[in-house]
Formats: sequence, C-alpha cells, structure tokens
Amino acid sequence: MVGAPLHSMPQRYGAFAMVLHWVIALLLVGSFSIGLYMVGLKFSPQKLTLYSYHKWIGVTVFSLAVLRLLWRLSHRAPDLPASMPKWQVAASHASHALLYLFLIATPLSGWLYSSAAGVPTVPFGIAALQLPDLLDKDRELAALLKFTHMAINYSFGALICLHVAAALKHLLIDRDGIMTRMLPGKTP
Amino acid sequence: MKRWITALPFLFLLTATLPAAAQTVDLARSEVLFGFKQENVPSTGKFRKFAAQVTFDAARPEATRANIDIDVTSVDLGDAGWNDDVQGASWLNAKQFPKSAFVATGAKALGGGRYESTGKFTLKGITRDVVATFTAKPEAAGTLLEGMVPLKRNDFKIGDGVWADTSVVANEVAVRFKVFLRK
Repeated sequence: MVGAPLHSMPQRYGAFAMVLHWVIALLLVGSFSIGLYMVGLKFSPQKLTLYSYHKWIGVTVFSLAVLRLLWRLSHRAPDLPASMPKWQVAASHASHALLYLFLIATPLSGWLYSSAAGVPTVPFGIAALQLPDLLDKDRELAALLKFTHMAINYSFGALICLHVAAALKHLLIDRDGIMTRMLPGKTP
Repeated sequence: MKRWITALPFLFLLTATLPAAAQTVDLARSEVLFGFKQENVPSTGKFRKFAAQVTFDAARPEATRANIDIDVTSVDLGDAGWNDDVQGASWLNAKQFPKSAFVATGAKALGGGRYESTGKFTLKGITRDVVATFTAKPEAAGTLLEGMVPLKRNDFKIGDGVWADTSVVANEVAVRFKVFLRK
C-alpha cells in the first residue's frame, strides 16, 4: 500500500445493503417511467395493466424500503472520508434522511391515492395479498392525493438526480471512494 | 246492467289471479350497484338513476314481480374520466342504449329468507335470461330486498374489441340491488 493516503479509503456497504440499493434503484426508474407513460394513455387494457404493474412495483419498493430502513437503523453506514468538508457531510446526511423518507412516502401516497380512488391494491394480482384500504372511496380526496403522489414523485425524482450527481462528482472529480462504497468489487 | 252482473264473478277471478299492485319502492333506501374484477382488483360502481316497480310478498313468492329500469347514463365508477370511458361505444354505449332493464317474474323460496327469481336483463340492446338470488328482510317500515344478478359482460358485448379479452377485466359482473318496499 505504498503511497496510500493517510486516511483509509472508506469501507464498502455490505452485500445486503448494496443489493437492496441497486434493486430499489432499478425498480424506481422502472416504476417512475411506467407512471409517466401510463397516465397519458387512453383508456385501454394496456393502461389498466400498466397501472397494476406500477402498483405491484410500488408495493415491492415499499417492502424493500422498510427492510432497508431496518437495516440502516441497526447498522452503521461506512464512514465518510475525513477529507470531506463539514457542509458536505451535513448535506449528505440530510439528503440521505430525505431519500429514506421519500422511499416510504412515495409508495405510501400511491397506496392512499388508490384507496381513495376506490381501486384497491392487489399485489401481483394475487387476491389473498390484497392490501387493506386505508381510506374510504372519496372523489375529492382522491384528486388531492393524486396531486400529492405526483408532487412527491417529482420531488423524489429531483432528489435522486442530486444524489446521482453527487455520487458521480465523488467518483469522477473528487475520486474519494464515496461512490465505490456502493459498488461491488475488490476492497481497496 | 245484467251483463255487468254476470261479468262480476269473472272480474273477481281476474283480480285474484293478478299480482298485487306494486308496492311503493323507497328509492332513497334502494341501490343498483355492480362489481367486477380487474386483474383481481375488486372494483365497484353504481347507477345513480333508476326506477323500480316491485311486488313481493313472502307468503306468495310466486307472485313476485320486479321491473327495474336503469338509466345507463347515470353510471358512476367514482371518477369523472372513468364514467366517460365506461359510457363509450365499446363499453356501455350509453348514447345509443341509454336504458337497461331487469324484469323478473315469480320467485321461489330457497329457505332461510333467501329467494331465487328468473328474469331477463337487457343491456346495450341485448336481452339475456338471468337468475337473481335475493334475501327479504322484514323491517318496521317495510321489507328490504337485497340481491345479486350474475352477468357475463361478453354476453352483452360490454367491453368489446380489445376489451373482450377477459384477462385484464374479468367476464363476470355482479349486479347487486337493494330495494326497500314501504309498507
């Protein structure tokens, strides 16, 4: 390790955390894209099917997000490098807390919207898995929740863009190993 | 005059075989709903406007008569957009077929306050034989009839074209009704 910096490179996240991170990332991109596309479709079997898929992915994301939150609450995240300015550390903590919040709030708002719209969520079309309706059918509340779900999604999308931009900055400009923490590979 | 007198017994005979005059239906306590499944997601809707002439006497179920006229344009799935969609040509085609009707004649007791009645359902200009099952619950103010008519939407070409495939929207539709007959 000749020439290694004094402060050690940050460790990686464990395999479990990494798998959850990337699977959720993939599902979010898929679900967001389906969501954007399906709302513009005219009433068709394809539209209904895409709504179902969107909701099934949402349920999956929510379940994985709960698992992830439990993991995060019971484990320490790898240390950030000492070279990182204090404001960046604070910003990182704040944005990660928000990311976790959105991971839960986004599918939850969709579930509430579905409930108020009177269209229950039946994961993977399996009747036995039907989620309870948290709200009664209510047209006005449904319209409000539809907007809320959309607003939460765009905010989450913007935050994810920031998250990706920051990760790429650490990888390509700072080269401080921050992004490597979430990438599989040999431990440096 | 003499002719009238000889006709009298026949008149009595006639009225005795005629069903009793339709009872008063309390529309505020009556409903016409329908349920279907969309990729196993239970969905419900209702018809806000309908007229009902119903005669029911638990002592004479065979004399049951029901005539429910449904205003198809009053369909309500709980969302203005869906209401427009479901009234479109491939679904209910409400513009061309604004009326739907359920007519039942006679009922037989199944026991336990349950009855079965055969009848005809007209939807989208197509009439089919149907079997309704219902319960009759006597209450202080009258009798509550609550029942179900199972339909197959493809029998009525409801959701034709791309929708005829039942893998997304199931073929089975349950029309549920509540009719409150005042004393």
